[in-house]
Amino acid sequence: MNFTFRDKRISGILTILPANERSFLEDMKAFDFPEAKSLKLKLVMGFDKHRLATDGTCVSDLAVFGMRYLFDRGLLQPEAIDALILVTQSPDYIMPPTSSVIQGRLRLKQDMFCLDINQGCAGFVVGLLQAFLLLEQESIQRVVVINADVLSRRVSPKDKNSYPLIGDAAAITVVEKTSPGEPIHASLKMDGTRYDALMIPAGGFRLPSSPDTAILEAVGENNWRSKDHLAMNGTAVFNFVQTEVPPLIDELLLAAGLSRDAVDYFMFHQPNRFMLEKLADKMGVPYERMPNNIVEHFGNASGATIPTNVTFNLGRLLTERPLRLCFAGFGVGLTWAAMVMKVGPLAFCDTIDYAEEREPC
Amino acid sequence: MTKLLEILTEIRPESSFSESHDFLDDGLLDSFDIVMLVSSLDKTFGISIEGIEIVPENFRNLEAIRALLRKHGVET
Repeated sequence: MNFTFRDKRISGILTILPANERSFLEDMKAFDFPEAKSLKLKLVMGFDKHRLATDGTCVSDLAVFGMRYLFDRGLLQPEAIDALILVTQSPDYIMPPTSSVIQGRLRLKQDMFCLDINQGCAGFVVGLLQAFLLLEQESIQRVVVINADVLSRRVSPKDKNSYPLIGDAAAITVVEKTSPGEPIHASLKMDGTRYDALMIPAGGFRLPSSPDTAILEAVGENNWRSKDHLAMNGTAVFNFVQTEVPPLIDELLLAAGLSRDAVDYFMFHQPNRFMLEKLADKMGVPYERMPNNIVEHFGNASGATIPTNVTFNLGRLLTERPLRLCFAGFGVGLTWAAMVMKVGPLAFCDTIDYAEEREPC
Repeated sequence: MTKLLEILTEIRPESSFSESHDFLDDGLLDSFDIVMLVSSLDKTFGISIEGIEIVPENFRNLEAIRALLRKHGVET
């Protein structure tokens, strides 16, 4: 499905990272994994460090911290927010929506639209799509899209396929109406027949969490997780990405009438270095135009990974001048989505550390 | 020992690859091992195995890996 939007822009992006950092080599010691093999994996997969929320830190904590940072510095006015979209798979509660919790904690106006979207690694593009759709309304001038997850709390520390790469983060993207400029193009596809390739089996109404669902089960050599934990079919996900993403980008660029060379940077979701390098090879995109260091520095924080990629790698550039960026996210659902648009100069494009606040979530 | 066996043995020194017909079912290779194997094959033979070729069938035994390498013009 293709989308075109006009007269809209991103005006700023802020990434909020938990200060708590763990190293891959430390993690692997817990798996009784040969050190030489860990070092090779570190090199090939790009695993090095990851940021994890401490127990008790919720999505709304990271989001509220970031929003207050923007309010305190005059980078965003609370009364100017007409809609707040939260994209997360780790809400504070099953009900109410965490976007409402954030609205309440920030004392935002009542005359606004709050919405939670359950999406993962494609969640940055999905969130932007929803924001641009809302901006078609006369009553909505500015939308805040928050991508935030603390999924490390649902990943088994004994699952060596997932734990070393998981990260927690939040990102706030401010989107607003603007004067006419280059159109924004997006493409989105979904395939619910493969919903179980990435899932947390227990904890919803289909299979409520219980002492039974908390029992660790062997899933491969020296690898353990329970039904309460995130389960990923790594081979299926890898092949999904390699098969579906290149034609999606072709379709997007064709619809936009752009060549690959017309895109300054391909800012993709980053599951691991190896997967993204294979994707870049397949698409014929030079590695330097597809930054690939977020998992290495911070871990894979689901929908927050693309905005983290932008603030960490292009933060200074984007406050100075516009760049044409191609975003692509792919994951849970399964969902794969891409967008090409001019971004910048931005009012802010920063990465900050989260300092725990005493207010409970 | 062929170069391919050398690479496999470097990844899993404790495994006996020449005696297995199914590296995956026999537990000789896991998904991390396959990633490292592809990375080593790419570097050693100067090829780029495509992402869509990284499926279990292409790494099940020596003959399957050799067939994959032949597609990239490599004889071992």
